[in-house]
Amino acid sequence: MCLAIPMKVIEIKNSEAVVELGGVEREANLQLVEDVRVGDYILIHAGFAIQKLDREEAEKTLSYLRQMAEMV
Amino acid sequence: MKYVDEYSDAEIVQKLLAKIHSTSQSHPKRIVLMEVCGTHTMAIFRSGLRRLLPSNIRLLSGPGCPVCVTPNHYLDKAIAYARKDDVIITTFGDMLRVPGSSSSLEKEKSCGGDVVVVYSPLEALKIAQENTGKKIVFLAIGFETTAPTVAATIKIAQEKNIQNFFAFSGHKLVPPAMQALVGYKDLHIDGFICPGHVSTIIGSKPYEFISEQYNIPCVVTGFEPLDIVQAIFMLTQQIVNSEAPKVQIQYRRSVKEEGNLRALDLMREIFEVEESNWRGLGNIPESGLKIKEGFSAYDAEANVPVQVEETRENEACICGAILRGVNTPLDCPLFGRICTPESPVGPCMVSSEGTCAAYFKYGDYGK
Repeated sequence: MCLAIPMKVIEIKNSEAVVELGGVEREANLQLVEDVRVGDYILIHAGFAIQKLDREEAEKTLSYLRQMAEMV
Repeated sequence: MKYVDEYSDAEIVQKLLAKIHSTSQSHPKRIVLMEVCGTHTMAIFRSGLRRLLPSNIRLLSGPGCPVCVTPNHYLDKAIAYARKDDVIITTFGDMLRVPGSSSSLEKEKSCGGDVVVVYSPLEALKIAQENTGKKIVFLAIGFETTAPTVAATIKIAQEKNIQNFFAFSGHKLVPPAMQALVGYKDLHIDGFICPGHVSTIIGSKPYEFISEQYNIPCVVTGFEPLDIVQAIFMLTQQIVNSEAPKVQIQYRRSVKEEGNLRALDLMREIFEVEESNWRGLGNIPESGLKIKEGFSAYDAEANVPVQVEETRENEACICGAILRGVNTPLDCPLFGRICTPESPVGPCMVSSEGTCAAYFKYGDYGK
């Protein structure tokens, strides 16, 4: 029930966005998030964006994990 | 960066698992980690992680499936609403087949009850606009992840002056349930894998009392295989190295310490905290959300009167003990024989995120 899917914003109309994943498009309400732009990835839950994903943090986590893996 | 595939790299997962094996092998005791969230339970079973962990690390599933912890009296009331001619019930799909005391929403639907499955509370609002002669009751269940979406929908209903949309709040809060769990004498937990999307809304601070007062480390975790393995590694390190227990965020791409303030503000504007009854865990103080008086025009309980049958429980079903973490589905005499996904007896088998459904589907009976 707490499933939320990262989807890419392809269009913004007022407080609604058109988001896309694997060719599937959906509408998402943007009232719960701030500063969303076309090209951003947002987490979609029950028709609402609940967070804008932080690319810098995502890359930091991955590069930390790759470093850890190299140390094995 | 698509935020999914990158976190499923099998080679890195294997290497991190090797690190978990070497870190934990020197530890003299078994390490019990609880994944509180049902979405984590499914992700863990789907990835087969349980079988790849060292034998002294045990993963325990917690009460984080909203459908599973919704008690019978809520279901019975929803069923009573469904029996009213002027009501259309709108609900997330998982609720449909959960047995109440004597019926289910699915049975009511087959007897002519108007029950519609929706993906979003906004769909329920649209149904309200299209059916002005009916009362639309939305079954508002879910944790902090879902409550802000219902709060936002109520605000939209107010702005658009929609007068036939009513939420029946069964929302529950995760940290008070974790506090109840750590109080059980028959349950030992060494670390919590904290829910990533609940925490996206509430942040990491609401878990601090668990590490500070109960000395249990917590890691807020994402849902891809690498996220979960990293979180287990972080918890194992805290435990094996006897570090002062703390709350860490693994899922940094989504979770900020302070959470999503906009969603929290909206949730607090519409809802107030109250005691709530959880299947298996009983009444927990300040663990539920009720619609505030100022928004009572959108509260199903205040506007749609119903007679509710006397609540009965199925004595043989041990969902409650499974939700408390003191039993697994394998301890249940009904599991896999009388209770199956096709013919479920308890909610933990009905919900796609229920522990019994996960055990049944993935056959991971080993640990």
